[in-house]
Amino acid sequence: MTFRSAVITFPGSNCDRDMADALAKVSGTTPHRVWHGEADLPVGLDFIALPGGFSYGDYLRSGAMAARSPIMQAVIAAANRGVPVLGVCNGFQILTESGLLPGALLRNAGMNFVCREVKLTVENSQSLFTAGYDAGQEIVIPVAHHDGNFFADDATLDRIEGEGRVAFRYAEVVNGSARNIAGVLNAAGNVLGMMPHPERMIERELGGTDGRALFESAVKALVSA
Amino acid sequence: MKVRVFVSLKNGVLDPQGRAIHHAIEGLGIDGVTDVRAGKMIELEVEPSVSDAQLEEMASKLLANMVIENYRIERLAA
Repeated sequence: MTFRSAVITFPGSNCDRDMADALAKVSGTTPHRVWHGEADLPVGLDFIALPGGFSYGDYLRSGAMAARSPIMQAVIAAANRGVPVLGVCNGFQILTESGLLPGALLRNAGMNFVCREVKLTVENSQSLFTAGYDAGQEIVIPVAHHDGNFFADDATLDRIEGEGRVAFRYAEVVNGSARNIAGVLNAAGNVLGMMPHPERMIERELGGTDGRALFESAVKALVSA
Repeated sequence: MKVRVFVSLKNGVLDPQGRAIHHAIEGLGIDGVTDVRAGKMIELEVEPSVSDAQLEEMASKLLANMVIENYRIERLAA
């Protein structure tokens, strides 16, 4: 079975190649590379990835310009049809700015850019992105961001917690995120945004393999669908 | 005509930049500043045909993120 995926590149994306590499290595199929200015996605996609980076130089707000780029209309339509969409780091910021995920990502509470490996707890191990992990499992994934401080009002936080939509939580204080939230799912469970970079942890040579199960889960979900 | 859109963080949204500026003001040795909030001002040059509704749309859909920010629009006399 072929896993048809696409990695979107915005001006200023810099983790698109790592993301494509991770998808290719785990799924065995080379992803499509799609430029932000295109209006249409390749037909029949099984998975869309919005990579990390600094799209449009973080002008206005991180992810704000990219969320309004032509390809995002197609990504939003695909997400609403149920196509899995993963946004990592800047990709997460783009997902909140586009309204596919709740909340917003503010400047880190300590004002510093944080670039290091962090411990995460897997909160939801039922989603198509996280089924390869155990609930409560602790994993190590690197972060590299300036605006990763997840914010939403209390009612929204209570709702997403109640619906099991917190996928990952920081097991330590990293950036001031509300309730230490590191990754959030949409209501349907087919859109995941997270600040840590699972694509940087897919083989031993990269320092660890804790990110690999995320991509394996998505591939497995498709095969069994 | 000139239009200014002032974007500010909503009450209750942490503003680490404002806090850092506050510290720096204290470093100047000036007392009496009790809080600092940083925002941004975006200045547009528009044709008179641009309506208030269109300005609202620009501000609410792009210039401000309504999850965390408020905006205020000011039309300046030509």
